[in-house]
Amino acid sequence: MRQFSYERAADPAGAAARAAEVEGAKFIAGGTNLLDLMKLEIETPVHLIDVNGLGLDEITETDEGGLRIGALVRNTDLAADERIRRDYPVLTRALVAGASGQLRNKATTGGNLLQRTRCPYFYDTAQPCNKRAPGSGCAALSEGAFSRQLGVIGTSDACIATHPSDMAVGMRALDAVVETVTPNGMTRSIPLEEFHLLPGETPEQETALMPGEIITAVTLPAPVGGVQTYHKVRDRASYAFALVSVALIRQPDGTGRVALGGVAPRPWRSAEADAELPKGAEAVMARLLEGARPTEENAFKITLATRTLAAMLAEE
Amino acid sequence: MQFNQPAGDNLFDESRVVGMPAQRVDGPLKVTGQAPYAYERHDVAEGQVVGYPVVSTIARGRITGMRTEVARQAPGVLDIVTTLDVGEMPMPSGMNAAPLFGGAEIWHYHQAVAVVVAESFEQARAAAALVEVDYDQTEGSYDLESAWQEMREDRSDPVSRVGDFESAYDAAEVTLDAEYRTPSHSHAMMEPHATIADWQDGKLTVWTSNQMVEWSRQALATTLEMAPEDVRLDSPYIGGGFGAKLFLRADAVLAALGARKVGRPVKVMLPRPMIMNNTTHRASTIQRIRIGAQSDGRITAIAHEAISHTLPGGSGENAVAQTRRFYAGENRLIVNHLAEMHLPEANAMRAPGEAAGLMALEIAMDEMAEKLGMDPVEFRAVNDTQVDPEDPERAYSDRHFVECLRQGAEAFGWDARNTAPGATRDGEWLIGYGVAGAYRDGPAMQSGARVRLQEGGRLVVETDMTDIGTGSYTILAQTVAETMGVGIDEVEVRLGDSAYPVSAGSGGQWGAASSTAGAYAACLALREQIAGRLGVNDPEAITLADGAVNTGEKQVTLASLAEDGELVAEDSMEFGDFRDGEHVVSTFAAHFVELGVHVGTGEIRLRRMLAACDAGRILNPITARSQVIGGMVMGVGAAMMEDMAIDTARGYFPAHDLAGYEVPVHMDIPAQEVTFLDTLDPVSTPLKAKGVGELGLCGVAAAVANAVYNATGVRVRSYPMTMDKYIDQLPAV
Repeated sequence: MRQFSYERAADPAGAAARAAEVEGAKFIAGGTNLLDLMKLEIETPVHLIDVNGLGLDEITETDEGGLRIGALVRNTDLAADERIRRDYPVLTRALVAGASGQLRNKATTGGNLLQRTRCPYFYDTAQPCNKRAPGSGCAALSEGAFSRQLGVIGTSDACIATHPSDMAVGMRALDAVVETVTPNGMTRSIPLEEFHLLPGETPEQETALMPGEIITAVTLPAPVGGVQTYHKVRDRASYAFALVSVALIRQPDGTGRVALGGVAPRPWRSAEADAELPKGAEAVMARLLEGARPTEENAFKITLATRTLAAMLAEE
Repeated sequence: MQFNQPAGDNLFDESRVVGMPAQRVDGPLKVTGQAPYAYERHDVAEGQVVGYPVVSTIARGRITGMRTEVARQAPGVLDIVTTLDVGEMPMPSGMNAAPLFGGAEIWHYHQAVAVVVAESFEQARAAAALVEVDYDQTEGSYDLESAWQEMREDRSDPVSRVGDFESAYDAAEVTLDAEYRTPSHSHAMMEPHATIADWQDGKLTVWTSNQMVEWSRQALATTLEMAPEDVRLDSPYIGGGFGAKLFLRADAVLAALGARKVGRPVKVMLPRPMIMNNTTHRASTIQRIRIGAQSDGRITAIAHEAISHTLPGGSGENAVAQTRRFYAGENRLIVNHLAEMHLPEANAMRAPGEAAGLMALEIAMDEMAEKLGMDPVEFRAVNDTQVDPEDPERAYSDRHFVECLRQGAEAFGWDARNTAPGATRDGEWLIGYGVAGAYRDGPAMQSGARVRLQEGGRLVVETDMTDIGTGSYTILAQTVAETMGVGIDEVEVRLGDSAYPVSAGSGGQWGAASSTAGAYAACLALREQIAGRLGVNDPEAITLADGAVNTGEKQVTLASLAEDGELVAEDSMEFGDFRDGEHVVSTFAAHFVELGVHVGTGEIRLRRMLAACDAGRILNPITARSQVIGGMVMGVGAAMMEDMAIDTARGYFPAHDLAGYEVPVHMDIPAQEVTFLDTLDPVSTPLKAKGVGELGLCGVAAAVANAVYNATGVRVRSYPMTMDKYIDQLPAV
């Protein structure tokens, strides 16, 4: 871990301004991912701006009939919120499928969206990784590499990492919007769909946030009803990142929404694939995973995603 | 004391303490955080500072230069010891294949190349990242599959050949020829390797976490070119080892070198991301098994040919070990290939050999039973043997494998299973039952102890035996209590210090049987002293009970004997050649598993597990059960998830933490039942006991695999049984 300085921010706009002003600054909230990465010198901020005192820890109702989730609402509290459980159960189910109780107690809504990939090559600073060290190459794409966990779609020749969040997958199914404050005090609303960038040739750029811009909340539109389920598939029963996860919102008429985790650099969903839902899992996945470029080791994720959705549809 | 003939009737046959379910005597210390683990021994030496390892970032080659100037200027840094400064050091022991430190040669990824010593952990870690190393990288070999293809047909140097396997196999009415694959495994113990080292007047003390105190004391002395008597090693509590701490490791060498350089005590812990590649692992294997049988199920031919990887000079994974002896059959062929590869050092992990070998053999037995149309329990029973099939003159000392199968099947309700694979549904779950046999040697090693009778009649036993979470403290207290006629609370057990008599240590599941025999020997020496004090010539003429000695003529308390100072006796149990020369001493079990496989996703959820074990006298049913259920958990890990995948391009294990190397979580483990057969093995030790710690692991993974087959009808021959290997063969959702 490198030496760093530290301050507590008093208000979101001030925090954003400071972050833009101090080169190499980063926000710290729950720290469940950042501190690990700092110990390994994968993240090397020279200055930490602690945002835990910004207050953004309320879940409030919006004029549109939805909910506004403060960026600092802890995953545990979000999952347990009565309104979330009642009106957005896919989100609660996604949240409790992630991490462990202890981690969820610390992890925040904003931080969860900003967590980094768990690609093993990203984690070893001795290995090439375009995300960690731009231009160094992608170890995961070389012959003989271990890529079983990694992405099958939305990836590029520069990076095949996945975004590891479960929460984000649930939020994507719910058409969540990320609210931010920029360093000049402006607010922005970024649909979650556009929040995580695809790697292309610049996998180090992971989100649509501008330098210093801070997440203040995630808003959910008015409840969409339906039966909402989340199935996370992994090699052990708990406390592991998804091989594939499926968020499903299914309406009584057979229409609905499907978002995938564990397969792409962001929660993976498309309106075209949603439209296929009445035809069944194969039709959805044929569209949703069209153009997938899996490795030999992770090609099973396509079959797995299809069968997982099929099983979820059969359950209802 | 010599153990030169089978034990006759002795005091353990009327035991009051040994064999009773005593709670762990060290339990309260552990649950209150007072058991001192190596890295936390702040009180043993003043002025401790911290060493942080720097490790190689290539798998094979040479160091051409190191730059430490910037690191030396970093805050808090006291000094740096590099592998080039030190130069090549003697190999610690013949049991190690890779040098731990010293010299320019790089043998494997994450080999230690420097230790940075600083005032604080954070300072040492930060400075370690500033050390720059230049390498001349060379090609290594990392692909076991291609090595196997080259060696697969080479039978020029078999481990053993009995009869004429090829002819018998060709003539057999039913045959199986299949290949199985097991991946590399990491020990993944909770406590990383850790050492505090301190030098005083040229003598070195290390407080460490090590299973084999004397091996490692000798190895450290060899490495540092010191007299062994100038090295003291202390390892009273160990947070898991599973074989990873059998030998001296880099933490101790780096701490010792760092401490010598800075003249202060230095503590070094191997960070979790270095555990997989700096330390040892269980090697991956490829195993071909051929079995030929008559239609009545009797095996007439069996061949087990395997390959595993090792650094030059190592021994890989002896996956064929159990097949030499487990099942009958007149014609046998055993071949074990070693592929020299430049991965980190493959070495012993819990039940080395059998754990990986039975993962294959016990699927093969299941496959063969199905071909024969036999119940897999019955097929195994038909092929039981009471003698070594390679040398029928050697009988098993005490073998009740068939009883394990029968009692286990009965208790589990094996008869209720559906023999048709893929034919039992419970909602979205495909239900399967699986069985596997387990076999693991029951070795014993020379083991010494010292017993002190102290004021008040208290007994203290001292031995360099270790407790790796197994229950050594408790069973040694029980043994001394039994032999000296006192309660378990009257006995204090002191372990893990090389100042104490040399014991068998903890490994190869020999620890419990050997160390209790050693404590018994020391107690008999003390009884002899006591008899002498009381003027009794024949020590067997005295009886000890309730804290008192009875000579037949008079009774005195133990406390009164120690009134004028403590009585001290020391002895060591040596096991004669008759034990393993004339007999096969082994342990046996049958494992049963019921599980569900999700028809859509292929996820496996165990529903229940049962082990029926035959391991001689069970010294303490509580700690023995804990050993077995822990082994079963590890077997579930091997079956379902544990996989140190190899990056064959870069020659290392990319897994770097316990998120990337998955072991079972609580939710993976169902109800576990363990039964012990009421058996005694008089050939094994005076206590008629054998080990159970590795037996609990053996065969478990295959029982899970066989249950997956029974559930799905898909036979997977490559571990772990992750859904990617069978999901495309599951029925439609």
